[in-house]
Amino acid sequence: MLLAEKLYKSFAANGVLRGVSLAVNKGEAVAVIGPSGSGKSTLLRCLINLETIDKGKIEVGGETLVDMDVGGYAPREQVRRIILKMGFVFQNFNLFPHFTALKNVTEAQQRVLHRSRAQAEERALDELEKVGLREKAGEYPYMLSGGQQQRIAIARALAMDPEMLLFDEPTSALDPLLTQDVLKVIRRLAEEDRTMLVVTHEMDFAREVADRVVFMSDGVAAAQGSPADIFALPEVRAFSAR
Amino acid sequence: MKYLNNPARFAVLLGQMWEGLSVTLSLFSLTLFFSLPLGLIIALCRMSRFRALRLPSQFFILVMRGTPLILQVFTIYFFLPMVFGSVFDRLTAVTIAFSINYAAYFAEIYRGGMEAMPGGQREAAHVLGFTRAQAFMRVILPQVVKRVVLPVSNEVITLVKDTALVTAVGMVELYRVARNAASTVGTLEPLFIAGAFYLALNSLVSFLFNRFNRYFSYYQG
Repeated sequence: MLLAEKLYKSFAANGVLRGVSLAVNKGEAVAVIGPSGSGKSTLLRCLINLETIDKGKIEVGGETLVDMDVGGYAPREQVRRIILKMGFVFQNFNLFPHFTALKNVTEAQQRVLHRSRAQAEERALDELEKVGLREKAGEYPYMLSGGQQQRIAIARALAMDPEMLLFDEPTSALDPLLTQDVLKVIRRLAEEDRTMLVVTHEMDFAREVADRVVFMSDGVAAAQGSPADIFALPEVRAFSAR
Repeated sequence: MKYLNNPARFAVLLGQMWEGLSVTLSLFSLTLFFSLPLGLIIALCRMSRFRALRLPSQFFILVMRGTPLILQVFTIYFFLPMVFGSVFDRLTAVTIAFSINYAAYFAEIYRGGMEAMPGGQREAAHVLGFTRAQAFMRVILPQVVKRVVLPVSNEVITLVKDTALVTAVGMVELYRVARNAASTVGTLEPLFIAGAFYLALNSLVSFLFNRFNRYFSYYQG
């Protein structure tokens, strides 16, 4: 489903990704863990073209987003189409504050997928229902808690029918209580066998939900495997015990 | 008291002032009509990735904000005919000068509003598949409008008063009418009456902007 090969990315002289490779198969939930500054978020942001890579190759659903050895990035329209295969959930939600919860979920469906307003609203209410927030459809983001905002952001991503979901530390901006509400939603998505790539600091969650765990360190995937194997590694234990 | 205790003379003065006011209002509304959108274009150029757009707009803003408006009015009024060979109607020339001057100020206000937007808004639009144009029109611009209402209202209030500058090129508007009346009869009364007119206009402007600002309070952030 998703293939990243030997990605390199520097900010100024600072190499953040140093040849990280990663594959996510259809139906698989992969957790990316690792210390701050190891490049987890940057990796995710490169995959959905919020950052451009310096070297390497990214394929999504069999289509090449970028191959720096062969021609670089795909044309802009194609890039836009390819990244639509992925839904992205930000650490700080990034809901549109001037839209109601409902409109946050319908807007891209209408503008990008050209669904009718009625179709988009029906779908949006359905997604809001699934994250337990149908009754908040008419409220603006500032009226909602962080956990509610994040669940609406997840509904917004799901309404676009992505083939896979990318989560960038989805609970790092939330207090522990609200974190559980959001994790519950993500857990359900994993149970539906959604293809997911989750960058997280929630070790218990990674252990419990992920089919595979990738431990990133210094811009490379230092280790990957089943949660049991990865959490048994001494360097991961040293990191996750903190 | 040479006007206020002479109803006939006072009525004539008010009639003249009413005509002056209509000139003032024409200049005011034409300037807003042209400068508000022009400012947006200049702001977008100023923020462009392309130097060929960025540098000229930067220079334009520097000159427009860095030299006196009255000098710009003179320049446009006296030099445009030399360049184009035809005489410009006073209101046209003055409207051009005011419009480009105010556009420069509005451009910087818009730019401030856009740069204050959290990057996450553009990023969210990007991952949802919006084109740049859609992201700008649907996500960025509506939020920028809310952020710029108050600074724009400041400029609009200044514009009401700046219209008095066009007296310098012989335009007869509210202030000129008052000044003429004052010097003819030898009293300051007409000037104070004109002052009341400007104050009334700006009360209306403030009222409208407060309404507009309150309209945007339906959301925060």
